[in-house]
Amino acid sequence: MSFINYLISGISLGSVYAIIALGYTMVYGIAKMLNFAHGDVIMIGAYTVFTVASSIGMNPAVAVILSIVVCTVLGMLIERVAYKPLRQAASPLAVLITAIGVSYLLQNVALLVFGPNTKSFTSVISWKGVSLADGKLNISGVTIVTIAACIVIMVALTSFINHSRAGQAMLAVSEDKGAAQLMGINVNGTIALTFAIGSGLAAVAGVLLCSAYPTLTPYTGAMPGIKAFVAAVFGGIGSIPGAMIGGILLGIIEILSKAYINQQLSDAIVFSVLIIVLLIKPTGILGRNIQEKV
Amino acid sequence: MALLEVKNLTISFGGLKAVDNFSVSIEKGQLYGLIGPNGAGKTTVFNLLTGVYKPGSGSVELDGHNITGKSTIEINHAGIARTFQNIRLFKELSVLDNVKAGLHNEFKYSTVTGILRLPSYWKVEKQMDERAMELLKVFDLEQEAGTLAANLPYGKQRKLEIARALATDPKLLLLDEPAAGMNPNETAELMDTIRFVRDHFDMTILLIEHDMKLVSGICEKLTVLNFGAILACGDTSTVLNNPEVIKAYLGE
Amino acid sequence: MSKKNSSVNAKKKINIRKFLKGDLLTYLMVIAVYAVLQTMVATGNMKSLYQGLLVPMCVYSIMALSLNLTVGVMGELSLGHAGFMCLGAFSGAIFSKITSDIIAVDLLRFILAILIGAAVAAFFGFLIGIPVLRLKGDYLAIVTLAFGEIIKNVVNVFFMGIDKNGLHLSMKDEMSLNLAEGGKTIMKGPQGIVGTPNDSTFTIGVVLILITLVIVLNLIHSRSGRAIMAIRDNRIAAESIGIHITKYKMMAFVISAALAGVAGVLYSHNLSSLQAQPQNFGYNMSIMILVYVVLGGIGNMRGSIIAASILTILPELLRSFADYRMLVYAIVLILMMLFNWAPACLEFRERHSLKNMFAGKKAKEVQ
Repeated sequence: MSFINYLISGISLGSVYAIIALGYTMVYGIAKMLNFAHGDVIMIGAYTVFTVASSIGMNPAVAVILSIVVCTVLGMLIERVAYKPLRQAASPLAVLITAIGVSYLLQNVALLVFGPNTKSFTSVISWKGVSLADGKLNISGVTIVTIAACIVIMVALTSFINHSRAGQAMLAVSEDKGAAQLMGINVNGTIALTFAIGSGLAAVAGVLLCSAYPTLTPYTGAMPGIKAFVAAVFGGIGSIPGAMIGGILLGIIEILSKAYINQQLSDAIVFSVLIIVLLIKPTGILGRNIQEKV
Repeated sequence: MALLEVKNLTISFGGLKAVDNFSVSIEKGQLYGLIGPNGAGKTTVFNLLTGVYKPGSGSVELDGHNITGKSTIEINHAGIARTFQNIRLFKELSVLDNVKAGLHNEFKYSTVTGILRLPSYWKVEKQMDERAMELLKVFDLEQEAGTLAANLPYGKQRKLEIARALATDPKLLLLDEPAAGMNPNETAELMDTIRFVRDHFDMTILLIEHDMKLVSGICEKLTVLNFGAILACGDTSTVLNNPEVIKAYLGE
Repeated sequence: MSKKNSSVNAKKKINIRKFLKGDLLTYLMVIAVYAVLQTMVATGNMKSLYQGLLVPMCVYSIMALSLNLTVGVMGELSLGHAGFMCLGAFSGAIFSKITSDIIAVDLLRFILAILIGAAVAAFFGFLIGIPVLRLKGDYLAIVTLAFGEIIKNVVNVFFMGIDKNGLHLSMKDEMSLNLAEGGKTIMKGPQGIVGTPNDSTFTIGVVLILITLVIVLNLIHSRSGRAIMAIRDNRIAAESIGIHITKYKMMAFVISAALAGVAGVLYSHNLSSLQAQPQNFGYNMSIMILVYVVLGGIGNMRGSIIAASILTILPELLRSFADYRMLVYAIVLILMMLFNWAPACLEFRERHSLKNMFAGKKAKEVQ
């Protein structure tokens, strides 16, 4: 039974990675940039819920919605102020380094506002969950909600992209910015929308992550953020189902290697997966191949 | 025997034959033109000749050596150098250093020699400087030796690209639209330069060009590509008067 | 003939002037600062708090130079540089601990430790470079970050001991080393290495900075350096003129890793207890070094040294400011990138630069 328990918590953690990875993969697909600060938006989302729900005592549902709003606005703001001016920069490193700067900025703002001490996050999900097989197999409410949220988000996002005008515009921009512009698509607006959706998802991920692992510090988002990027690459960057598969596989690998190999080496194992994937199939499980034109 | 002997070169991208059964034979010292409407596959031929793409079938022989399917680097060592349609200079390097980068395989010393600045470093660097300045002089660029390549005006960037290609001491020089974006005066000057390069360096040149004045002015032979296949080939004046060629260019 | 001579002479003059303005000035700056600081120490004009920062200043200067070789000269972003520093730090410290009884001359042992640290970091740089250098841009950055974290994690589960039978290794715990009686543990997993000889001095640090500078600057002005920068500026064109892409990228990456290893040895021999933690060898440190490189100017070696030195001392000078330090770094980093790279900003600078204003005035006067 313990294996199944590990597997379920792996899927649960993986679902959080998947939701974060969706944000990465959308932004990467459309703006062609690695938004290093994405993980820290998660942290801001979690702090928002923490402040509103735990401190002021507002209804958790309201707190979550508020947190999504905060992160969405934050994501769009970051894009507008820090990334958009560099979209045509001569070196692709410019925007990447700026994103690292934004990540640092968010961490240190949180450090100043909330202090360096670990906050214990009260789960927004009060449901105890279910107990199966005479209590040998316990699945917590958080786990179930996390997995369910992940599935809902993926289905919603896929149908949004395939069936809405804005979603089609996103596909067009990710394919060819110049051509999309000529077709009358508002490229800047589409990129801003992508950042908005990605950051909104980050807020959800933040809440779920901190409900499952209830310690919150200014650095809470950094590592999950990086791992989610690994998940996005693993699944094939730019692909929504890829982010999903990559995220869940990565979560399972992490939990199982913690349980069966070595607690301290789990991060190393996760990162080794990234390297192996990039060696064998650089475009990830579901990625497409793109060649530079001469 | 011909310097460049290409036989039945073919490549497809996703079912579409971008270049279909392309053959050409270029004699040493010839100035050869490759023309055709946009999208005819001219640059793809260059990419096949220089190993950027591997041909699906066919063969390329340079000076009697089979270079089919070799890498870009090996093909450059074998003696083909090129310029690019969209200029590809080392923008953050000086004009002089662009040419010296081209001399990379002509003048050698080890990395350790370079770091320790042993006597041979100074000697070889001096030789490289002299050779590079000679080449720059041919293209009237010696005054700009210290300028960053990115800061050169457009016409001079095109010339610098040719100088850099020549620095690799090739047997065959491929020029991809050398006159693109030049005004008539610059084009006329470029024609003189290309002729000078051929005579002075005893060079064989294959060029892609849309400017018919340049093509008819300097090319001795032409091959016309249309939809990836050869439409005509032969002496410049014959080819340019061929009704099929005129039709392909002007439409019906 | 005389005209040709004069143009050659003019060129020579320009080269010498360029050298004076460029490389020589950098060397002189390092030596001058060293002389001033060393005098301050000798005459007792420096608080011991600041004396403690002298070696770290050298460590981070070398790190910044080494990362600038990757970022500025090779044009790729490595976020795992602290990993190479970690390898150098631990391999150097292990060597010094093992040989502390065998090699009596401290300086000789330290020089050997530095060479070993550099060699180990270079070796791993080569191994890591094989997969990493096939990638570009964001992917390369994230994979180097991954390698940096892997190195840190593995070092944290590593146990090493020595007895009369030789070296013992384990990745479990101290007990599984099975040391014979009289054996000593060298490295204890998360507790790291304790009691590395304190061989690092400010003078050695400055000498190492100078050696690093010689390697990096001379490389840039050599045939290989030109090849590396040509690849940076245009990979396809570099290939078309017969430059081996992998060979030269690997060369830059391995040299850069080796130099980071040297910085690591200097770092570990300045501490009595060495652990691999996120603060010193995690990706946050890699990013910190990147901040130095960006603030000093990407590709500008002198700038790297200045930025690394000032930012090492500054927090101590402005103790009360410590809480805001990282925040200010972050803001400055973002603003610097926007200022130096955003096309709109560059255009604005071009239009309003002092040079242009004067040039414009002159042109008008002529009219």
